[in-house]
Amino acid sequence: MNTDQVIGKLRETFKDDITEVLKKSEKRAVVTISPGAILRVAEYLYKTAGLRFIIASALHTKRGFEIHYHFSLDATGLVLNIHVILDQDNPQIESLSNMFNASNWIEREMHELFGINFLNHPNQEKLISEGNWAEGVYPYRKEFK
Amino acid sequence: MSKKTLIPIGPYHPLQEEPELFKLFCDGEIVKDIKWETGYNHRGIEKLSESKTYEQVFFLVERICGICSTSHPFAFANAVEEIAGCEITDRAKYIRSFIGELERIHSHLLWVGLAGHFLGYNTVFMWAWKYREPVLDLFEMITGNRNSYAMFKVGGVRRDIENNKIPAIRKVIDDLKKKTDLLTGAVMDDPVIHARTKGVGVLTKQDVLDYAAVGPTARASGVAIDIRKDDPYAAYPLVNWKVITAEAGDVFAKAQVRLLEMFESISILEQCISGLEKTKEGEVNVVVKEIPEGHGAGRAEAPRGEVFHYVVSDGSNSPVRHKIRAPSYVNIATFKKACVGQTIADATISLAAVDPCYCCTERLATAYDRQSGRRILSAKEIIDLSIARTSELKKNTKQ
Repeated sequence: MNTDQVIGKLRETFKDDITEVLKKSEKRAVVTISPGAILRVAEYLYKTAGLRFIIASALHTKRGFEIHYHFSLDATGLVLNIHVILDQDNPQIESLSNMFNASNWIEREMHELFGINFLNHPNQEKLISEGNWAEGVYPYRKEFK
Repeated sequence: MSKKTLIPIGPYHPLQEEPELFKLFCDGEIVKDIKWETGYNHRGIEKLSESKTYEQVFFLVERICGICSTSHPFAFANAVEEIAGCEITDRAKYIRSFIGELERIHSHLLWVGLAGHFLGYNTVFMWAWKYREPVLDLFEMITGNRNSYAMFKVGGVRRDIENNKIPAIRKVIDDLKKKTDLLTGAVMDDPVIHARTKGVGVLTKQDVLDYAAVGPTARASGVAIDIRKDDPYAAYPLVNWKVITAEAGDVFAKAQVRLLEMFESISILEQCISGLEKTKEGEVNVVVKEIPEGHGAGRAEAPRGEVFHYVVSDGSNSPVRHKIRAPSYVNIATFKKACVGQTIADATISLAAVDPCYCCTERLATAYDRQSGRRILSAKEIIDLSIARTSELKKNTKQ
């Protein structure tokens, strides 16, 4: 499967959930989806298309909390970013950790640093601060004027 | 319900000076569960990076890892150059790959040595570290430093490798090839190492996919992923080499992959030197005036696996978000699969097998019984357990 085929299949399968597709090059693409579809999209990528979950990056921007889920198609070198934008006041999204263990730690980390809640996470304990950090204070959040 | 004893390994690992704490929950000598704690020395590098200029971030990320200190600048340079859309010169590509591969050799030699040390087989430790020394000397000759080389920048490298140094480099590499040959033969044919590592800490192909493990950890379980091949960067598309894999997924397979990889690295080094001879001295830089708004995903194959850097730029002179994923972040999580069900003596080498440099035996903490508070094993006793097992195997193999 090449980059166009992966994007084409995604468009076809999740046409109601995809809000934007950006193909930067043969090896880099960004697909923005609605947060509610993350489980289905990730399941398709991991189980059907055979992509590997690299990591997820959370960002705090004026639009709210954004997560870029980075997937790799090792056969072609494609890095596919699945981009979701979460609500500013109540950031939450379904956890992927029941599907693969690779996302377990990073979801815990994003919960701890950004205060994003991962629904149905098997064990959303703190990963880094081990209780040495004040509750409800999220160090990687930003203040926008 | 059987009573479990908690045996902590940590909270600081002295050999790599890494703050990690493994809690082994044991029933007798068998590890039943394992938990990991970290963050004692959380440095907040991702956040710190947002307050540095792109040029300064190179020095910052170089300090993430002391052993593979070039892999992070490598991935960061790939990410930023993707945003800037710049193509570096061939000579800079060869120099980057040369540094990357030389680092892989020194890192793998370090691991082989530590693995030997961990098994109580100090001859391997001393050999491997002795052979690693000329590699570090070579680094010093080329970059001025034994580690943290400060070679990378956006658009190329900071220092050229002058062609008059090539004969001296060739000599070191030729010597290295012979010594690697010797070491590989000695390790791969040693019955004691076979007995201590075969069938120990097995990671199946499915485990690798589930935990998304990378690098030699994945390749030893038959998952042939290598960023140098899959998403080629620097000079890797310009040279010939092959990805080394093994099928067994045990500690021996991981050692085998690393040892054989060193020969591929030596071959890449030789080809990079020929590349240097073909390109013009001094052409190691292209000017990048500004980093535009955008985001870039940079990857590099470190000795331990894929390093991933994600950089978001708003057009200013520092990143607005910089996400870093080191290979150990995903590889360490596989311990849950590799260690549970093993004896304590085997768990220690299984923990070392993904190469977080785990031969931190003198820091293995004392084990206490949770209920009675009675001391069960001291640090020295745990080390002695491992050494005793190796001696026993040595004795048995002689008979």
